[in-house]
Amino acid sequence: MLELSGAGFHYRGRDWVFRDVSFLVPAGSVTAVLGPNGRGKTTLIRCAAGLATPQEGSVTRVSQVGFVPQAHGVGFAYTALDMVVMGRARHVRLLGTPSRADRRAALEAMERVGVAHLGARTFPTLSGGEQQLVLIARAIASGCPTLTLDEPTAGLDLHNQAQVLSLLRSLAAGGITVLLTTHHPDHAMFLADHVVLMMGVADVRAGRAADLLTDSSLSELYGVEVRTVSYPAMGGEQRAIITRYDEAGRAIRCVKPQP
Amino acid sequence: MSQATSTEAASRWSARSWVPILATSAVLVAAMVTALSIGRYSVPFSSVVQTLGSHILPIKAPASETQQNVVWLVRFPRVLLAVLVGGGLGVAGAALQAIFRNPLVSPDIIGVSSGASFGGALALLLGLGSWYLVGGAFVFGLTALVILLLVTLGPEGAPMLMVVLGGVVTGSFFSALVALTTYVADPYTTLPAIVFWLLGSLATATFAQVAVAVAPIGVGTVALLLVRWRINVLSLGDEDASALGVRPGRIRWLVLVSAALIVAGAVAVSGVIGWVGLVIPHLARMWVGPDHRVMLPVSFLLGAAYLVAVDTLARTLTAGEIPLGVLTALIGAPVFFLLLRRNRDRVWDSA
Repeated sequence: MLELSGAGFHYRGRDWVFRDVSFLVPAGSVTAVLGPNGRGKTTLIRCAAGLATPQEGSVTRVSQVGFVPQAHGVGFAYTALDMVVMGRARHVRLLGTPSRADRRAALEAMERVGVAHLGARTFPTLSGGEQQLVLIARAIASGCPTLTLDEPTAGLDLHNQAQVLSLLRSLAAGGITVLLTTHHPDHAMFLADHVVLMMGVADVRAGRAADLLTDSSLSELYGVEVRTVSYPAMGGEQRAIITRYDEAGRAIRCVKPQP
Repeated sequence: MSQATSTEAASRWSARSWVPILATSAVLVAAMVTALSIGRYSVPFSSVVQTLGSHILPIKAPASETQQNVVWLVRFPRVLLAVLVGGGLGVAGAALQAIFRNPLVSPDIIGVSSGASFGGALALLLGLGSWYLVGGAFVFGLTALVILLLVTLGPEGAPMLMVVLGGVVTGSFFSALVALTTYVADPYTTLPAIVFWLLGSLATATFAQVAVAVAPIGVGTVALLLVRWRINVLSLGDEDASALGVRPGRIRWLVLVSAALIVAGAVAVSGVIGWVGLVIPHLARMWVGPDHRVMLPVSFLLGAAYLVAVDTLARTLTAGEIPLGVLTALIGAPVFFLLLRRNRDRVWDSA
């Protein structure tokens, strides 16, 4: 469980990024944070994960919170396995090195995410999708019951997006609490029980996904016309997105199954 | 994969990491025995081993007294000092590269050696003893390091250009202070002492000097080896380290102070010996990868073996003695150029 109440944050000497943000991420549920570029999604999720401290309000973390950054393919060329083992840092003593149990936990996390075969490859040589999955495995290996993910599907192709989405869904089904940011309203529709819409600095709305992911609120959020249409050919349980761009700046059509 | 296979893979992975450490240890021992054996007065390997044995075990060495004196009193302190200085500079360079997240960092490039040499020169100028030499080198070496860190380090690590430029500035600032020290030094007494010391040499090695060097270099090296896995986590960057539950501040200070201690100890007994802290970690990383659990000990052993070998060359190549600092620079600069050229497109990934 994770709760923000009245949280507000600004970088030193700058204006507020957001103020008066309150929402609750119940245990074992998925919450998605949506908002345009630069509205402060990453800052909000970093506050939730404890990587930044809000200047006002409070963040309550009942359990340890893992954070999955966006894939960043630079750095020393550790193997994927070494990267995931580093997820065990909380469990390794200050002067210690990972034990056999830590390595086993890392390997199990990699199996769970489906990247066990990449263990010996070096991290910078992995594709963006593989890197993202390895970073998720690293957070799982940490054993944190709550995971926060910063745009886990950014820069991934459709197949990898689908893989990450289904992985997050199975994690939530397994009792892990998930908080993520995303630029894809359809991903939020697929995954999230709750959503947080960052409309403006002092206007951050939170609520049930079914209530908040409406045409009008999404249109307001992104400043383009968004229409949710049913698409019977996909079948009742299928979800997909059809995007059409036109000269008038209308961009998105989300397709949602009929209730 | 089943549980059993996971366990097997996990243990296989840990066993493999000992191979390079043992291999480099063997290379170091071979280099030490060779260095003890060759020189203007050549001593056979067997006598070297017997002499060393006679000082460790209660046995009588059949080697002649001259041979024993050459090996034990003349060459052995010098070889030990080369091991300490070379190993220390290698492991300090490796740890600094991880902390700055930048493979171009080394104690001499980022100005720590200049800072330390100013501290040492100041101690010599004031006619203070060898512990003040270490102390002065430590204080000003750490000062140079902290200045550079404050100027260059951002949330994304220290950009390569900033570190190199910042190091050049810090280095030349302290070089100017060293020049000032030599300018005001007494030209008959303290000036020659400062100048010969700055050139970088192990020629005056004694067991007393080994005793001076072993404390700071030993403490610094042990501290770095103790946090070797934490250094891995820190080398991912502050953001990642925090996300993994590791507070970067404490470990970074520990590493910086340890590196400054090592460099201070090395500079105090041997002056400025450049390039070891840059080239050795590069070679080690190319060979065993970036995992500091293996890479730090290998950097120490490789640096030690390298300096023992180069110091042996320094005293045997010509009739006179080539200053060690000059020789390591003459070897190190071209080697580093080759490394850079080989990796110019992927300094980060492969280095």
